[in-house]
Amino acid sequence: MRFAFEVLVTLKPGLADPQGKAVEASLPGLGFSSVSDVHIGRHVRLDIDAPDETEARAQVDEIARRLLSNPVIEDYRVLDTSSPGM
Amino acid sequence: MSLVTVASPRIGVITFPGSLDDRDALRAIETMGGEGVGLWHADHDLRDVDAVVLPGGFSYGDYLRCGAIAGHAPILEEVRDFAGGGGPVLGICNGFQILCEAGLLPGALIRNASLRFVCRNVFLRVETSQTPVTGELVAGEVVEIPIKHGEGQYVATPSQLERIEQEGLVVFRYADARGRVGQATNPNGSLESIAGVRNEAGNVVGLMPHPEHAVDPDVGPTGGQPLFASLLASALAGAGA
Repeated sequence: MRFAFEVLVTLKPGLADPQGKAVEASLPGLGFSSVSDVHIGRHVRLDIDAPDETEARAQVDEIARRLLSNPVIEDYRVLDTSSPGM
Repeated sequence: MSLVTVASPRIGVITFPGSLDDRDALRAIETMGGEGVGLWHADHDLRDVDAVVLPGGFSYGDYLRCGAIAGHAPILEEVRDFAGGGGPVLGICNGFQILCEAGLLPGALIRNASLRFVCRNVFLRVETSQTPVTGELVAGEVVEIPIKHGEGQYVATPSQLERIEQEGLVVFRYADARGRVGQATNPNGSLESIAGVRNEAGNVVGLMPHPEHAVDPDVGPTGGQPLFASLLASALAGAGA
């Protein structure tokens, strides 16, 4: 069976996020003066062929932990998606 | 009758797809009297070298995170074993990022605080001579070496940083010409102005500045010379052991 996942990778709280800061700093220029706490992360979607969902989940978790995120600076979350990609 | 030959240490330089400074690193090694040995990221072979250099560049396009994919390259298995056996390993710029991603050095490197690519000469204060690249220097000494990076801000978790400082794992800090460290001379927002660190054993070192661009007096500062002289000496000591 094919299982689809999305992985969200975000910088750990408290770490400098210069990209988020730059976006935040540009917003007043667009007329948005009440925006704060802007952070930039990474979104990865992938399909995994596996006999069952437990196996697919274990794989996506290991992929997220070992490659998609760096535990020193990032957290990750794995989300299911309803249908696999084309 | 015995002939005494002065051995020339063999220093390997790994080329990844997207490496830029492998040629300069090989040239610096040869200039300083070593034998430069080209190594390939996809090989499981260090060709019997006495030290390994991971050069600067944009390995695998720096996709995902700088150094993330190279950190899992085939040859990293051999680098890990070599480092585990005490062999001298030096990561420069992207090579530093790769060693952090591979877990061989503590911490990580993220976008410069300024969000700008920085390319200029900087002064580094040497923090310890207990590494393969600072053996011929003394703590407190200052060397001038160029930087050129967009992702050179050194970060670590609070507990990591505490351990790094307590155990003396910082090798270089950005400073002024007199060795004074402060925010004014920090080019990228690195924690505690850290420009380079070592592992606990002391044989693996990474730094963002480029010593391989600073050995030829015709093209700039020569602050890279003592680093390569030290690396050659430690490689030779290891080769003879």
